[in-house]
Amino acid sequence: MSGVRVLVGTRKGAFVLTSDEGRTRWDVAGPHFAGWEIYHVKGSPLDPSRLFASQSGGWFGQLIQRSDDGGASWSPVGNEFSYDGEAGTHQWYDGTPHPWEFTRVWHLEPSVHDPDTVYAGVEDAALFRSTDGAHSWQELAGLRRHGSGPSWQPGAGGMCLHTIVQDPSTADRLFVAISAAGVFRTDDGGGSWRPMNRGLRSEGIPDPDADVGHCVHRIALHPARPDVLFMQKHWDVMRSDDAGESWHEISGNLPTDFGFPIEVHPHDPDTVYVVPITSDAHHFPPDGKLRVYRSRVGGLEWEPLTRGLPQQDCYVNVLRDAMAVDSLDRCGVYFGTTGGQVYVSADEGDSWAPIVRDLPAVLSVEVQTLP
Amino acid sequence: MIRVALPAHLRVLAGVGGEVELQVTGPVTQRAVLDALEARYPALRGTLRDQRTGQRRAFVRFFGCEQDLSHEPPDAVLPGPITAGAEPLRIVGAMAGG
Repeated sequence: MSGVRVLVGTRKGAFVLTSDEGRTRWDVAGPHFAGWEIYHVKGSPLDPSRLFASQSGGWFGQLIQRSDDGGASWSPVGNEFSYDGEAGTHQWYDGTPHPWEFTRVWHLEPSVHDPDTVYAGVEDAALFRSTDGAHSWQELAGLRRHGSGPSWQPGAGGMCLHTIVQDPSTADRLFVAISAAGVFRTDDGGGSWRPMNRGLRSEGIPDPDADVGHCVHRIALHPARPDVLFMQKHWDVMRSDDAGESWHEISGNLPTDFGFPIEVHPHDPDTVYVVPITSDAHHFPPDGKLRVYRSRVGGLEWEPLTRGLPQQDCYVNVLRDAMAVDSLDRCGVYFGTTGGQVYVSADEGDSWAPIVRDLPAVLSVEVQTLP
Repeated sequence: MIRVALPAHLRVLAGVGGEVELQVTGPVTQRAVLDALEARYPALRGTLRDQRTGQRRAFVRFFGCEQDLSHEPPDAVLPGPITAGAEPLRIVGAMAGG
């Protein structure tokens, strides 16, 4: 019987939530790595028993944990993230040069092509790759060195590489997103990179055609249509129909186009989910109402999804890595909040229920669809 | 044997319940003790000091014999009671938060 395994990273540990395909009765396991910040947990699409977790803390730094039994047991693996050669400088908040310093791993992306390959997006922004199942890491330094690196600046959350998107049809093509630099693409497996930010407009950047300096919060694609990308930017929901070469706005009738996550329906490339957040000054839903918005037509026209979600006095946030979709026939949609709730919809977003209500602040949510 | 007291998070990571005892060859210095600790418990690599530079992590402190040894040179010999195994080298996560 098929089922789902939801991998939740929080400020104080990781949790594994499992259910059968009904997605109404849940088993909650955890906390794993209690007391540590777990920025991300993700499973290999090629070997679902193999999970990777980013475990970090201000005292004792960065660890990477690996499980080979679906999260029942874990072992620390490689945690040395050394920038390739001279790290150089990027811009600091005041515009002065600041040395690149490793802080943490924000995002782990197991390869869709090779079970031993994993990518790690880190702060200060860089992309690392392991080809031995996370035992050792090498920087794909062409990203930092492609030219604009010295002008990258951190966002309020730090200068992080937080999104890694693979093109399942082309092993050598990857997209990454960096706050607050923008989107970059490689077509040669990570050797060389280009900024892919044409069409983005960001308040405060005097040059409307600036290659970098854009606070991209998240990008997503559907594997069957990998040239179509969706983006939640700091402000604006955007779409590209040419693999990131150009972008146009699809915010349409959203109540606000600020937000963090964006996801695409697993069976319908034109169905997209976002969670509008009031503003960069107010990181909570408009009017105290927690609403997911769904477009069935690839953007511009959005409908609020509210059934089962709090519609008054709700002032949580939903972070960029904290939304996921499963691939059951009637797809499930999941998201976690900074208030510690993880919600599930087993009917494509039409209705919602909390799986858990009182976890630590949720940093990330991933889901595995199990046979 | 050299005794080392680890903070709670690192005891979990190393899979130990209490103090650890280490065999250290040569002069018993901060560096030699940490080398022996990391060799025996590889999961601790990178949690106390930078793996490339060897520099102590900012919020990690070393205490022993009622002294703060955090700023002592890493190759200085530790106080006699620690080298004799009478007192543990205490590794502490600095107090932080409110």
